[in-house]
Amino acid sequence: MAKQLYYEDVEVGIDIPTLVKHPTTQQLVKWAGASGDYYQIHYDKDFAIATGLDGIIVHGRLKIAFLVQMLTDWIGDEGKVKKLACQHRGMDLPAVDMKCKGKVTNKHVKDGEHCVECEIWTENPEGRKTAPGTATLVLPSRGK
Amino acid sequence: MSEASVMTDELRKQIGVAGEPLVVEMEKGMLRKFVDAIGDPNPLWSDEEYAKKTKYGGLTFPPGILAAIMMVGNRPPIEIPLPRGLDGGGEWEFFEPIRPGDTLTIECKIGDLVERQISMGKAIFIYHDTVWKNQKGQVVATSRTYGLKY
Repeated sequence: MAKQLYYEDVEVGIDIPTLVKHPTTQQLVKWAGASGDYYQIHYDKDFAIATGLDGIIVHGRLKIAFLVQMLTDWIGDEGKVKKLACQHRGMDLPAVDMKCKGKVTNKHVKDGEHCVECEIWTENPEGRKTAPGTATLVLPSRGK
Repeated sequence: MSEASVMTDELRKQIGVAGEPLVVEMEKGMLRKFVDAIGDPNPLWSDEEYAKKTKYGGLTFPPGILAAIMMVGNRPPIEIPLPRGLDGGGEWEFFEPIRPGDTLTIECKIGDLVERQISMGKAIFIYHDTVWKNQKGQVVATSRTYGLKY
């Protein structure tokens, strides 16, 4: 799988490799079944419009799962996601590219753990950050 | 002229109220469906032979599983007289891996209720505090998440 990322490989300011997702309405149905979220705004267009939305929107929790994938793709099997925070600021429509992005904001050793803090977000095709957040990762160190 | 407040003393009394603990069995089929729904090809979650060679010694769930609605636990029922609802987001902290075969006990309580003015009018933000424990009694994760009714 992905090569292992070490604490020493990470510099403050670097970008996390972008993960591009393209959630189709079929994927939203799969997510509804897998996650137990059957709220109709995510698969019933008439219902979504009746609540005042432009159409079917992507589940917020699916965006979080996408952001987790972006992180786990990067940190390798020895890395760990320690903390994650995310706020749903904008709606995302299905069947368009959703970019999962991030940037390292801090790194420090705390209680023996080599921690990397990041800003993370999902970005729509217009460049708007629809689900901004933060993450704390724990990485292995070559120093050990 | 400001809109009337929708927060009531009765609602405020709900802060701290816990729902019934929810027991969820974490199964391989659930893991497979979850990973397929996200579209994550990482063998760590799906290739048992691969996963056995890692420090986990077997398959684990991606931490995002706890963001799934079925994993939030029993939210205490609360009547908020506002018609629409949206998920706001939240923060999670992960302590232990979750493996197929684990039994998680989920405890969820109302952490806070806050009235705010948003572009669509008055809204009540509902904060839920959740703790996930496994069958060994270990705290697997905690979270504070929020939604809003408006």
